[in-house]
Amino acid sequence: MTAPATTQAPRSPGIAFIMKKAFISAAVALVLFSLMIGIRTEAGPTGQLIYWTRFGELASLVGIVFVGSIVIELLRRWLGPAGTSGIVPPALQNGLATAGRFVAPALLVFTLLVPVIFYNQRYMLDLGILVLTYVMLGWGLNVVVGLAGLLDLGYVAFYAVGAYSYALLATSFGLSFWVCLPLAGILAACWGVMLGFPVLRLRGDYLAIVTLAFGEIIRLVIINWQSLTGGPNGVSGIPRPTLFGIPLTPGDDGLAALLGIKFSPTHRIVFLFYLILALALLTNWVTIRLRRLPIGRAWEALREDEVACRALGINTTTTKLSAFATGAMFGGFAGAFFATRQGFISPESFTFQESALVLAIVVLGGMGSQLGVALAALTMIGGFELFRGLDQYRMLVFGIVMVLLMIWRPRGLIGHRAPTVYLKRAQAISSDLVKEGHG
Amino acid sequence: MDYFAQQLINGLVLGSIYGLIAIGYTMVYGIVGMINFAHGDIFMIGGFIALISFLLLVSFGLTAVPLILLIVLLVSMAVTALYGWTVERIAYRPLRHSFRLAPMLSAIGMSFVLSNFSQVAQGARVKPVPPIITGGYTLHEGSEGFVVQLSNVQIVVVLTTVVLLLLFTWLVSRTRLGRDMRACEQDQTMAALLGVDVDRTISMTFVIGAALAAVAGMMYLLYYGLVDFFMGFVAGIKAFTAAVLGGIGSLPGAMLGGLAIGLIETFWSAYFSVEYKDVAAFSILIVVLIFMPTGLLGRPEIEKV
Repeated sequence: MTAPATTQAPRSPGIAFIMKKAFISAAVALVLFSLMIGIRTEAGPTGQLIYWTRFGELASLVGIVFVGSIVIELLRRWLGPAGTSGIVPPALQNGLATAGRFVAPALLVFTLLVPVIFYNQRYMLDLGILVLTYVMLGWGLNVVVGLAGLLDLGYVAFYAVGAYSYALLATSFGLSFWVCLPLAGILAACWGVMLGFPVLRLRGDYLAIVTLAFGEIIRLVIINWQSLTGGPNGVSGIPRPTLFGIPLTPGDDGLAALLGIKFSPTHRIVFLFYLILALALLTNWVTIRLRRLPIGRAWEALREDEVACRALGINTTTTKLSAFATGAMFGGFAGAFFATRQGFISPESFTFQESALVLAIVVLGGMGSQLGVALAALTMIGGFELFRGLDQYRMLVFGIVMVLLMIWRPRGLIGHRAPTVYLKRAQAISSDLVKEGHG
Repeated sequence: MDYFAQQLINGLVLGSIYGLIAIGYTMVYGIVGMINFAHGDIFMIGGFIALISFLLLVSFGLTAVPLILLIVLLVSMAVTALYGWTVERIAYRPLRHSFRLAPMLSAIGMSFVLSNFSQVAQGARVKPVPPIITGGYTLHEGSEGFVVQLSNVQIVVVLTTVVLLLLFTWLVSRTRLGRDMRACEQDQTMAALLGVDVDRTISMTFVIGAALAAVAGMMYLLYYGLVDFFMGFVAGIKAFTAAVLGGIGSLPGAMLGGLAIGLIETFWSAYFSVEYKDVAAFSILIVVLIFMPTGLLGRPEIEKV
């Protein structure tokens, strides 16, 4: 990024150079994969380890690396060194603004119409609900990571707190979803503050690792506190949500009977779809409003430079805590929704991979851009669905995509910063220019 | 008292393994200033390489245990070091001057890649090995029939750790490479101006860290007799805790922290509850960072404006 435009590296490396590089890559791949791919071990029937060789796979992988190396080098030659421009050109900025003006409402209208279009396709509706859940989680985490710049690797902890709050309150005390939803949010926010307090002084990587540890602690406690949470077996029989007290059941007091229409199980799915859509839009609306308030501006200032923030008299303690609490609250809402949709929750749903997925959505979305996060969630979850058949390769591909994405566009798909406050006109700049604070 | 002594031995052995991994974290953090999130998975890869090469050697008819161990050690160190080098080359070097979160996220991605790669390549099931080093010594026979034992595996683990640490200390303090590493840690630009190849030095840091992690992986295999693709995650966080506890950036601190974490975990399992031993280790991380952010032997971080 900081390299000057006149790099002394040759613009067009010769064939010999490319071949040499490819041979080296292939040799490295051969050593790396020789034992891991070439030999397959498995515990045999008697517990004794057995192994068999897979030299065919090994050879083809090394071949792929060889060819891939040549292709990458040729592509690099063809594209030339990537230039970075500091200021987003006005044309592009206008284009983005126009797109932002039209894409977001179009997307919203489409989302509203999804249950109408796909009414008979249960799979599409379920996928829509899943995508919206991640959109909501992404928007919630965006408050913490995107706006306040606090790298949180344990966001799934709040999701878990929300889910278990609803599940336990509903199954033990029979409270309804609409009573539990705010409670789940409040409880998650409390946990957010509890996490926030100890990590106030930490920054960057330390913060990341502590939040990760916190997420793991919550999961381990859920697994081991069997008398409360049911341990690895989870909580089942979580009540389904009602339309403010009217159940969506085929019974006489059900919604279908009240409206005088024929009952269909799809009603509940459609209801869930609009429920999570409303929750996600609430998150979005609150975030957009908060950004214009002093607290939101303080978050963004904190992201850019913490020392300057303190020098200007911003109370970094309350700023950080409020960011954690707000983000956690939305995570809690999403968790409560998750519990009521699934009807069954177990600690397996709240692993670190989930945190990493949500974080990847936020980063891919450009950290701070609401539309970007929504698009990123759509891409990620949609992409995950494409790999559903290849279940065991899913996380492998996810990891590779994450690495490639960081190398290709570390700032995400929509990587520009538009000022929230401006004098005459807003001049967006590329986020490469932004010197992030310590966070 | 006997029980205590036995747990002390177990804790020290476990601590040596954590310490070996922690050195990789602390070295990389000292020079590049990032948490190498994939380091725990490098440790796991080291365990797998050791397992596979061990299996191959035995099936080739080699029977001399010390010779097998030596070959396995060298092979797993070499191959795993290449993994460390590749990871740095692919995932970290392009991002060296990028913004802060980028290498971190790239490292998380790499961690997924490594653990799922070995799941795909070697299957998800736990791989058990029969005990390779057997036997041991009875140190003390208690009155209630409780015996304090020091097994040969434990001796091997601790001895290997000590030898490697001596070698490593010599490397850092007496060789050209070690001097380059220390120079890069202090000021990369200045080191480059004075003719230090910064890229190469950083690569070598990852290589050495990965080689030590491979040793830890092999020791884990010898000691517990199993490897699985997911073991890198928890071990990685614990080793990182050890590095932070000892003061990140400080090499003796990493070893000290590793021993401390090993002891705490063992005593916690012995006297409180086995289920919550990971919670205890993670809580220590949080507590240390709150009350002692610089760790036991670390230098305070000075904030430059």
